[in-house]
Amino acid sequence: MPYLPHGNDDIKQMLKKIGVDRFEDLLKNIPEVLKGDVSLDLPGALSELEIQQEMHALLAQNTACHQTISFLGAGAYDHFIPTVVDFIISRPEFSTAYTPYQAEVSQGTLQAMYEFQSLICELTGMDVSNASMYDAATAMTEAILMAKNIKRKKNDFILSSAIHPLYRMTMETYARSWDLNIIDCPLKDDRTDLAALEELITENTAAVVVQSPNFFGCIEDTASFSEAAHKHDALFIQGVDPISLAILKTPGDVDADIAFGEGQSLGNHLNFGGPYLGLFTAKQEYVRKMPGRIAGMTEDTDGNRGYVLTLQTREQHIRREKATSNICSNEALCALAATVYLALMGRSGLKQVAELCVQKAHYLQQKICELPGYSTANSAPFFKEFVIQTPFPAKEIIQKAVDQAIYAGIDLGTYFPERKNQLLIAVTEKRTKEELDKFVEFLANL
Amino acid sequence: MNIPKELKYAESHEWVRLEGDVAIIGISDYAQSELGDIVFVELPETGNTAAKDEASGTIEAVKTVSDFNSPVSGEIIEVNEALEDEPTLVNTDCYIAGWIMKVKVADASELDALMNAEAYEKFVG
Repeated sequence: MPYLPHGNDDIKQMLKKIGVDRFEDLLKNIPEVLKGDVSLDLPGALSELEIQQEMHALLAQNTACHQTISFLGAGAYDHFIPTVVDFIISRPEFSTAYTPYQAEVSQGTLQAMYEFQSLICELTGMDVSNASMYDAATAMTEAILMAKNIKRKKNDFILSSAIHPLYRMTMETYARSWDLNIIDCPLKDDRTDLAALEELITENTAAVVVQSPNFFGCIEDTASFSEAAHKHDALFIQGVDPISLAILKTPGDVDADIAFGEGQSLGNHLNFGGPYLGLFTAKQEYVRKMPGRIAGMTEDTDGNRGYVLTLQTREQHIRREKATSNICSNEALCALAATVYLALMGRSGLKQVAELCVQKAHYLQQKICELPGYSTANSAPFFKEFVIQTPFPAKEIIQKAVDQAIYAGIDLGTYFPERKNQLLIAVTEKRTKEELDKFVEFLANL
Repeated sequence: MNIPKELKYAESHEWVRLEGDVAIIGISDYAQSELGDIVFVELPETGNTAAKDEASGTIEAVKTVSDFNSPVSGEIIEVNEALEDEPTLVNTDCYIAGWIMKVKVADASELDALMNAEAYEKFVG
C-alpha cells in the first residue's frame, strides 16, 4: 500500500466537516502560555533530485560494516543475512502492518508470530516463547520483574558481573521504582564465580541471572548456576546468544526458568544500533506471569487451521496499571526476519554458522596471542568473542585500525576503566582467513 | 439473571455465603456473563490473608482479565482447586461448583456492609 499524504484540499474538507476554519482553531483550548513559539527554522522544500543528492551525501559519511573488516560485537553482530530475508520482510503486508489490536483479522501476522515462537522454543529448549520484546536489555529487565512477580516474598536478585553493562543499566532504570535489591556476583577469570555465588545466595534470593556466552565472550557453567539457584528456591534466568545455541547447551538443557537474549544475530542488520529483537522464553508453569503476547494455533468452527492471540489479556491495553509489563509492543518485523533466517538456515545451517564462528574466532585469538605484547585476558572457553590484553590502550589500536578500514573491536575501558588495555574482539562466519590474517598483520606492524 | 436470595453481594460482583464463621466466596451470575468465556482462574494460596475489597486472585476471560476481590477479611482456608482444570465451572455454575475460595471471617460485621439480593438486583439492573 502506498503512503497517502493529505493535501490542502483534503485538510480543508476535513476541517469543514468538523466545523472549524483553520487547523490552529483545534489548538485554541491550549493556553497561550503553554504554546510557545512553534515556528520552525527549516530550509525550503527541495526537489526529489535534490533530496536524493542530500541523502547520498549524508549516507557517504557512514562507514558501514561491509566497507570494512569488522570485529565489533558486544551484543550486535555482523552475521551473514541471506537476501531472501529482506525480500520477505519488505513485502508491504508485513512491513506496513501495525500491531494487531483486532488480532484475528491479521492471520498472516499471527502466523508469523506463531512460527517465530515455535522456532525460538526449539532453539532455546524452553516451553514457551512470547512474540518478542524490544531487545535483550528490556527482555532481561522484564525477566527480572517477572521473577519478582513469581517470588513475591523474596527481593534479592543476584546478577553476574559479566552481564552486558548496557543491559544492566537498562534494568537499573526500571528497577528504581521496584525497590529490588540487586547484588553483584564477582568474576573469576572473566567468568561468574560459582563459589562467590554460593556465598551470596540465601533464602531471600528471588533469582540468579547469568549471561552465557557472557559480555567477555566466555561460556559460563550454566548448569551449576541453575542448580545453585534451585537449591535455594530461586529462579535461574539465563541470557543467551541464539546462534551459540546451535552447538552449546540450551537454557532448557540446564533447567533455566526464564531465558532471554538478543535476536539481532538472527537475520537482522546492525541497523545503526536498532531496532533489535528481544527474545523471551520461560517454563510453561510461569506462562501467565510472562510479559508480552503469545500467538497460538487453533481450529475454527469448520475445522480450518487458524491463529489467535492466546495470551495478551495481561497486557497494558487491557490491564492498564495492573499489566504484567510495561511493554505491549513486540518487534514483529524483526521477529519475522529472525523467523525467515532460522527457517532458511535450518538446524544444520545454523550449526554450520556457529561452528564457523568458533573456528575462526579461535584461529584469530591464537594468531594474535603469538604476537609479542599480546595475550589472552582469561583462560575461559569462548564462542565467537574473546578478550585480548593489549600492549597499549585498546582505544589507540581501534583508532589506528579505522584508517585501514578495520573495526578492531570494543575498547573494554569504555565500560571498565581498569580494562583500558583490553580489546573485545568478535569474529563471525563472514570473516575470511585473509581478513583475519590482515588484522594480525596490522597488529604486528603497530 | 440468577441472584440467589440467601447470598450477600459486593459492589465488585462477588457473592458470599456464610457457614458458621466461614465465608464461601465466588463471583455473581452477572459478573460471569459480563466476562464471557473464562479460560483461567488464578487462585490465591491457602494460608494467606484476604483483605476486604482487595484483590485475592484474577479471573481471565478470552478478551480480558479481572481482579477477584475478597468481600471480607480473614485467613484463606481453602480454594476451589477444581477450577484449575475446569475454569468454565465459573460460567456454568457460579454459585455452587464454581465457588472460588473460603475465608475464615475475622470480623462478621464486615458482612453488614454487603448488599442483599434485592439491593444487588437493583445495583446491576
